[in-house]
Amino acid sequence: MSGFEDRTPGVEEHEPTASYLTYTVGLGLAIIATIGSFVVAQTNLLWPPGIPVGLIVLALAQIGVHLVFFLHMGSAPDSTNNILALAFGVLIVFLVITGSIWIIANLNSNMMPMPAQ
Amino acid sequence: MTIATTIDRAPTAVPTELAHGRGGGGPASKRVVVAFGFWIFILSDMVMFSALFAAYAVLRGNTAGGPTGAELFNLRNVFIETMCLLLSSYTCGLGALSAERRQPALFLIFAAFTFVLGAAFLFIEATEFARMVEIGAGPSRSGFLSAFFTLVGMHGLHVTSGLIALIYLSAQVIAEGLQAAVLRRLLCWSLFWHALDIVWVGVFTLVYLMGAP
Repeated sequence: MSGFEDRTPGVEEHEPTASYLTYTVGLGLAIIATIGSFVVAQTNLLWPPGIPVGLIVLALAQIGVHLVFFLHMGSAPDSTNNILALAFGVLIVFLVITGSIWIIANLNSNMMPMPAQ
Repeated sequence: MTIATTIDRAPTAVPTELAHGRGGGGPASKRVVVAFGFWIFILSDMVMFSALFAAYAVLRGNTAGGPTGAELFNLRNVFIETMCLLLSSYTCGLGALSAERRQPALFLIFAAFTFVLGAAFLFIEATEFARMVEIGAGPSRSGFLSAFFTLVGMHGLHVTSGLIALIYLSAQVIAEGLQAAVLRRLLCWSLFWHALDIVWVGVFTLVYLMGAP
């Protein structure tokens, strides 16, 4: 607690990374995004063909809120490595999901027409 | 004198206060290292979920003449489930905070809230699953339902294991107090719980909201 910077490496330091306010703001933003998603999906507030895009945008926004306010992904030096790992994880997730959808959609459109069962 | 100064300065290529987290300023604390390792595990779990999401996205139209999502899903229940999980993520964060501030009693109160909200989520999900199986919309009905039960069920299994781990950790807090090792486990557990909420955001958006117009 004094001004001395004589921490032994490996000894736990306890600088609270967040506060009640951080979590409460995060909760508020997440609730707004959630209610927004449910409203957008069930009303014609958005142009109907644009609803999926709107939902994806709201979901990404909410994931961002969770990462910043709940998981404390920030610009702190300690989270540099976490953010690099996250970026790699997002890349893999993106490749798996869009790659699968793309390939299978391609296969489906190249299928022979099937007789109705 | 000059040489000694040079040697003294040499090992730190960048100013210590700027280089924390990048190798400068000595090794990171065990807490940071443990959280990083657990974060890698969570990300690999996310990659597994991404495969299940991809399978669902590909199979969602293959209902084989069976019920579609629009006929099966009850968005009111999904909204309640979402709120339960979101609030439990919030109380989990507050619990982690009070643990960090060495307030075990407060931590246990928040842990109890987290557990009840998580259990409520699981109860609603299990009721929905049972209702679907009862009306003949079980996982073997169509490709769509197989993918649905795999994805949502896998998330439910994660929540279940999270609740079991929460009981275990609360017992540790009661028995051993908030010592450093227990705090690190709590930190990892709260990362896990918040990550599950992130997966649920994907589930309710892709599965429920896009499937039930």
